[in-house]
Amino acid sequence: MVFENLSFKLPPGGLLFLRGRNGTGKSTLLRLVAGFVPARDGSLSYDGEEWDRGDAALAEAILYAGHDNALKPVMTLRENAQELARLMTGNPVADERLEQAAEVFSLTGLLDQPVRYFSSGQRHRSSLLRFAFISRPLWLMDEPTVGLDTENRRALADLMKAHLASGGSILAATHDPIGVEGEVLDLGAYQPAPIEDFDEEAWV
Amino acid sequence: MTTSMSGIFLGLFRRDVRLAWSQGGTGTMALSFFLIAVTLFPFGVGPEPQVLARIAPGVIWVVALLACLISLDRMYQADFEDGSLDDLALSPLGLTGVVAAKTLAHWVSTVLPLVVASPLLGMLMNLPANGYGTLLLSLLLGTPALSLIGSVGAALTVSVRRGGVLLSLLVLPLYVPTLIFAVGAVDASVGLIDPAQPLALLAAVTLAALVVGPFASAAALRLSLE
Repeated sequence: MVFENLSFKLPPGGLLFLRGRNGTGKSTLLRLVAGFVPARDGSLSYDGEEWDRGDAALAEAILYAGHDNALKPVMTLRENAQELARLMTGNPVADERLEQAAEVFSLTGLLDQPVRYFSSGQRHRSSLLRFAFISRPLWLMDEPTVGLDTENRRALADLMKAHLASGGSILAATHDPIGVEGEVLDLGAYQPAPIEDFDEEAWV
Repeated sequence: MTTSMSGIFLGLFRRDVRLAWSQGGTGTMALSFFLIAVTLFPFGVGPEPQVLARIAPGVIWVVALLACLISLDRMYQADFEDGSLDDLALSPLGLTGVVAAKTLAHWVSTVLPLVVASPLLGMLMNLPANGYGTLLLSLLLGTPALSLIGSVGAALTVSVRRGGVLLSLLVLPLYVPTLIFAVGAVDASVGLIDPAQPLALLAAVTLAALVVGPFASAAALRLSLE
């Protein structure tokens, strides 16, 4: 068991930071909300409705960026972005919108480069790029600031503020201050007792 | 914003076909393996035309099956390793649709080239002239089952390091019905018997795989996401 007796609410326009030492289950909670991992017990609801794992309506509300960058090395950044847009909406994204998004993370010059030549910082920014050109209400961000310099961190903060202002919600697992106001949920407080008692319930 | 399911399906299909034929993809690998492995048989068995003609349908089918098998372990693993599998799971298409698009892409990009190359290898193996039509037909009818059944195995072993061996242990026994009916059909038409019955059974195996495959693969992938 990773955590138990955990309960939280994320209103529209709300930002919740997940804190806690390594191994306290920040990533697991994000993957659980995304529907990748089943909960042993407990429930999730979205927009007043119970939220099942693998629900199509649920999947359509979420945009997730995890530890891996989900980029194909043989394709250029533009192709990667277009494939992602097509996968999420069925339509390619307009070139202007993609170029605007690339400007946010100073990736304009890299759009037509194959991703295999990118540095790890550039890959990470390319992975964050999705938040700038795909519109979905709930963002799940796993360590979004790792490897970002001050300038890009500010760009990310602005992007997150704009998303919150438009009524979107963000769940972010991070150690670093990003510069956006939000509530904090410390997962360290919900660790199960050292002796595992399988009759206990984990509320999520 | 409108979501077009057929747009997602086609987009994903095209993406996978492209990746299969790009650098490091499985398309070229499977086709080269098929050509080289069948070519080895005349060297190994000896050049007697009667012997080669007798084993031709079996050799071509078995090697096609193995060529398909070596391409399977990358079917979902590449997406699993780079994190794209998470994105696939969040597509409005749903995991079953995603699996269907990827399986179709696997068949078109990796298996269809084997079907196209098979008459050439039939000549190399001295396949009698009346066997060619049935060989092509049996490959067209039977190989979709290889992709569909293989997709389940690939989805089950996606998170297993060096899962290739486990994958072949899982998948090869399930390929046996396809192999039996396909080779039976080609042998029948070489012996001037009507191959309709084994071909119908071959198509039945493929149809059953079509019904079960995508759902089983999607369930297996969901298990691997954990």
